[in-house]
Amino acid sequence: MGVYRFEGGDTVKNLFVSGHRACAGCGMAIAVKLILEAAGEDVIVVSPTGCLEIVSSPYPETSWRVPWIHSLFENAASVASGIEAGLKALGRKHEAKVLAIAGDGATADIGMGPLSGMFERGHDITYICYDNEAYMNTGVQRSSMTPPGASATTSPAGKVSFGEIHPKKDLASIAVAHGVGYVATASVGYGLDLMRKVRRAIDHDGPSFIHLHTSCCTGWRHPSSKTIEISRLAVLTGLWPLYEVVDGEITDVKRLPKRLPVEDYLKTQGRFSHLFRMEGGEEIIRRIQAIADANAERFGLDLEG
Amino acid sequence: MEVVEGSYAVAHAVKCCRPHVISAYPITPQTHIVENLAQFVADGELECEFVPVDSEHSAMSVALGASAVGARAYSASTSQGLALMWEVLYNVSGMRLPVVMTAVNRALSAPLSIWNDQQDTVGARDSGWIQIYVEDIQEAHDALIQAYRIAESREVMLPAMICMDGFILTHTYEPVVLAEQEETDDFLPPYDPEYYLTVERPLSFGCFAEPDKFMEFRYMQHEAMERARFKIKEVADEFERAFGRYYGDLIQGYNLDGAQIVLVTFGSIIGTMKEIVKHEKDVGILKIRSYRPFPVKEVREALKDARVVAVVEKDFSAGFEGALFSDVKAALYNHVSDLKLLGFVLGLGGRDIPPEDISKIIERSRVVMDQGLKEEWEFIGLRGEIL
Ligand SMILES: Cc1ncc(C[n+]2csc(CCOP(=O)(O)OP(=O)(O)O)c2C)c(N)n1
Ligand code: SF4
Ligand SMILES: [Mg+2]
Repeated sequence: MGVYRFEGGDTVKNLFVSGHRACAGCGMAIAVKLILEAAGEDVIVVSPTGCLEIVSSPYPETSWRVPWIHSLFENAASVASGIEAGLKALGRKHEAKVLAIAGDGATADIGMGPLSGMFERGHDITYICYDNEAYMNTGVQRSSMTPPGASATTSPAGKVSFGEIHPKKDLASIAVAHGVGYVATASVGYGLDLMRKVRRAIDHDGPSFIHLHTSCCTGWRHPSSKTIEISRLAVLTGLWPLYEVVDGEITDVKRLPKRLPVEDYLKTQGRFSHLFRMEGGEEIIRRIQAIADANAERFGLDLEG
Repeated sequence: MEVVEGSYAVAHAVKCCRPHVISAYPITPQTHIVENLAQFVADGELECEFVPVDSEHSAMSVALGASAVGARAYSASTSQGLALMWEVLYNVSGMRLPVVMTAVNRALSAPLSIWNDQQDTVGARDSGWIQIYVEDIQEAHDALIQAYRIAESREVMLPAMICMDGFILTHTYEPVVLAEQEETDDFLPPYDPEYYLTVERPLSFGCFAEPDKFMEFRYMQHEAMERARFKIKEVADEFERAFGRYYGDLIQGYNLDGAQIVLVTFGSIIGTMKEIVKHEKDVGILKIRSYRPFPVKEVREALKDARVVAVVEKDFSAGFEGALFSDVKAALYNHVSDLKLLGFVLGLGGRDIPPEDISKIIERSRVVMDQGLKEEWEFIGLRGEIL
């Protein structure tokens, strides 16, 4: 088990160890390492089927140095509920916090019902959705979190299509609407911010939810060295606002001194490249810019103006 | 002895087993079981986490998570609910988690029917769960207590479902001897798993297996099922010593001595059959108590002197025949010659099974005994006028 230091000088244990099969530069793998650094050893982690589970657990190997379970694609929130209920009933609640780390498909699509149930029943669980904006494990098919204008294998760009057309689900608001006391968005591009939020989510009593943007170099089609840079661009263009919602109130918005145009983000990734080639692409880009502008308005992102 | 509803008796047995976590979703005719359990919790008679979930898929997933962390978990469902759990059933058995559930037997839609047949659990036959079918309410109650002993034993570590006919057993009242808490505690030790999720020893559960590893997992499940044969017998004997009641081990025979015709079946229909068979000298009944593991040797032994065997069941595989019929034939093939086998499908979707239907089956069997086999299997009780 690797032991090393990070900013601030604290010694932390690496609880998600190397040897996993994630693509080089995988945003999710970087994020999971940071999540566990923040969470520490006293957690039980649940992951549904998806890239994270597949890359980390080829029997008889495992990257997990905390107790970990994978069951199915849609039931991470329910399995986590069972673990939390079991710990309570066994008088072991103090032993560990329960943490679910699940993909966007597992969360926003097939696992939406179980997640809603987990929220509603008030389990003491931190649920982190790592959003790489498609079903990556099965080959980059669209999910309800694939952003408009992106080409995915089941919403491909083609002669008469610009790719995905539907807006992303607003997962954070869905969590807030359930009365979840701690909700945050985060990005792998801002590691310390992510770690701080994970800590706050875990320390929160009752359900908490983090919607975490993690770039996928394979599905988004960008060089593996650009993961952090591109993740930051999503934030800096206003497409991925960073904020916390505590007891229903938006707090701690990451404000932007000078918001960048969305093109700066879009042009870094193959999944948007058709927008710059196809006739009419500018119109789609204009609509994507409108999404960023609306975010800026809603969350007060712009420091100036 | 108290006169109680079948669902109450089951809930009472569950309570005596002291489950840590109960998770279920309501569906007729399973509802009274979970309502009774919820009431026990509300009245402080049962200390456990009762997790009222969003679906049966979640119910079994909660049970899975609870079991993985070392808790004793219980669920109950039927029909559409059991079908929605399908995926999780395989997952629970593959992870070798000894969850116990009551599977109430009800037909599967379409057409929608809330009434009894056994298509639902027969469909879950290959899910890696131990399946025990019960004959009456007392057995439903007793088998539940036995189920935890069997499932949680270190040699077995497999989930178990106790299958009971919907309405016929869940909604009727019978005199039942309800277990005492103390005698149940003496019989059923606390769940003590070798492996569970804990920060003391961080293990990974539910890894994926490449083709060079997968088959061995399945084979080990099979070996556990083989060991379960002995465990089911052992637990039935110990239960008899402790509680004074016995329902057979993997099977139970009635009137088998000298029987030329044997009716093979499972579930509550045995009650009706016994009434008829009382008046027939050469007709016996073979109750399949454990459908998985299947009592292969026991079936061969029990049927070796019969001349005609009639397999009677409330399920069938469209395009073939009843599932139990296929299984009984398969168990006998190569081992018992000179035996004629007949299959009868009846009672689907709650169709009443009057005693005359059983008499008709015995009549058909006699004709085969005298004149040889013509039709191998048939539906009994079809209404020609609506076909
Ligand atoms: C019930 C079910 N349907 C479909 C699948 C196939 N499947 C496995 S992972 C996956 C996509 C996972 O997507 P996501 O949750 O976004 O995680 P990612 O792989 O992108 O990290 C799909 C469709 C499955 N395993 N189970
Ligand atoms: S496909 Fe994407 S999410 Fe999956 S391991 Fe590779 S980079 Fe990570
Ligand atoms: Mg994804």
